[in-house]
Amino acid sequence: MAMNKKITGAVLVGICGTAAFLIIAVVVFVMGDTIIHGAGTLSWKFLSAAPSDGMTGGGIFPAIYGTFLLVIIMSAIGVPVGTITAIYLCEYAKQESIFSRTMRFAINTLAGIPAIVFGLFGLGFFVQFAGGTLDKLFSGEGNLIWGQPCLLWASLTMALLTLPVVIVSVEEAIRNVPRELREASLALGATKWQTIIRVVVPNSITGILTGAILAISRGAGEVAPILFTGAAYFLPQLPTKLSDQFMELGYHVYIMSTQSSDVDATKGIQYATTLVLLLLTFILNFSAIFLRYYMRKRARN
Amino acid sequence: MSNTTQPVLKARFRLDEFLFEKSIATVAVISCVFIVLILLFVMRESLPLFLGKALDDIGPVKLSRVFDFSWIPVSNNPHYGIIPLFVGSAKVTFIAIFIAAPIAILAALYTTSFAPKWSKEILKPAIEILAGFPSVVIGFFALIVLASLLKNIFGWQYRLNALVGGVALSIAAIPIIFTVSEDALNAIPKTMVEASYALGATRWETAFFVLLPSAMPGIFAALLLGIGRAFGETMIVLMATGNAALLSPSLIDPVRTMSATIGAEMAEVVFGDAHYNVLFFIGVCLFAFSFTLNAIAELFVRGMLLKKMRGQ
Repeated sequence: MAMNKKITGAVLVGICGTAAFLIIAVVVFVMGDTIIHGAGTLSWKFLSAAPSDGMTGGGIFPAIYGTFLLVIIMSAIGVPVGTITAIYLCEYAKQESIFSRTMRFAINTLAGIPAIVFGLFGLGFFVQFAGGTLDKLFSGEGNLIWGQPCLLWASLTMALLTLPVVIVSVEEAIRNVPRELREASLALGATKWQTIIRVVVPNSITGILTGAILAISRGAGEVAPILFTGAAYFLPQLPTKLSDQFMELGYHVYIMSTQSSDVDATKGIQYATTLVLLLLTFILNFSAIFLRYYMRKRARN
Repeated sequence: MSNTTQPVLKARFRLDEFLFEKSIATVAVISCVFIVLILLFVMRESLPLFLGKALDDIGPVKLSRVFDFSWIPVSNNPHYGIIPLFVGSAKVTFIAIFIAAPIAILAALYTTSFAPKWSKEILKPAIEILAGFPSVVIGFFALIVLASLLKNIFGWQYRLNALVGGVALSIAAIPIIFTVSEDALNAIPKTMVEASYALGATRWETAFFVLLPSAMPGIFAALLLGIGRAFGETMIVLMATGNAALLSPSLIDPVRTMSATIGAEMAEVVFGDAHYNVLFFIGVCLFAFSFTLNAIAELFVRGMLLKKMRGQ
């Protein structure tokens, strides 16, 4: 009987261990496969040249540049708004009031909405409604400047998608600022606002940074929201205005692997682009993990 | 509550403080109002369907034509039936959760109960990396590697089908199910585990008969969030399922999901067309579905998802 029990136990633990091992194997397999097939094509020339020969040769510089612009504009809008919202939730809102609970539920919901719905919203609200109205007011009859997919609308859509990531990260940082620091500041005669801006925010800067990095990593990886709010298949020149369309890394992977005229001939390009995207998000995520670890360690001391 | 700046004495009114507070509150409220705006604007574009104003070549498109069994939006006799799309989404989600749930939950149990320290230190970052994989990368992997691999093993008729999409989707669902389940398992008081040991139960008995049952609400929430993630995911299914709107019971036929339909067709549709309205209607359905799942999950473990994103 005791022997039977021991065997059952060993088998069950073995099954659990196998499950854990499977997850690691998947990660290694996906990364390994991308590196093995992509590293050959990856070169400085590939990173710095534009696509050529009808998208079957050349590099991916416009896609990197477009991704860069997208995440910069996205964070320029999303990070301040997210930070302010987090400050309000932590410092001003009464914690158990219906209002702050509703807000938390709203943020939670926002985090769970499928990315493609954000894309629809971007199209319906930003492109059609906001852009259409702007065009009616400023662009003159029949001109389409803002009422079409472009960099600005894609960035705004992405900012909204990444807002919960920023809020949650900043909130943790603010809660980690010791109470004594605030009280010292208040006792010295600083007002609440002065305390927040001079004591609380500077002390949560790592959290704000972590939030920004996580948001950028998410924004660089999502394709669904920009499918019809601004990403373009191929553009002969780089975007220069907010109302231009742009190329993007993830979208480039999608297009090249599903809609390219010769999928087999461009496999090297597809793998190398995927590798660049994977490395980018990998580096971003690890710096966020490192920052968070550093922040928690400091909070504990 | 304890770590926030709360006024202790009644403060004297100061205009600048008042203005700062109000402007901060305004920004905070605006960022939450967007949730409502999302629903409103996605609904607004599908409204003509409800008002009977959506038109195509053969006349008005009523809701009865949306709950139909075939999806052929571009033809002389267009059909806008979303039922095959719903079945496609359900099929792919079912496969994904069927694979992801046991792996993620057992792995979570492994890390909380059995894993030696060194293996935890490999598994945790592996999960973080997996969670950070852009969905288009998983989709690409499924399209290029997984599809050929599975076809060579099983000799399927179609290279891209529901099963390939479901397997790929399970890669995306594992991290969220794992992290929320692990949280739930970690939240069980140590005293319960110790009591079980004190009564003579072994490690695995404690894990399976004490820890796992007590963490059930949290694990249930994890499953709901995983389902929500899988159901709404677009890029993976767009790339890996073959995208044919067939209504078939087979798991190895190509399918087209609701999310992939929006992703694939929105770019080519005419604004204000009936087809355009129907695509937005599908968006409303996706929104409603994810909202409901989140609300139920929230009831089970309030704020679990938020806590997770805080990385706790």
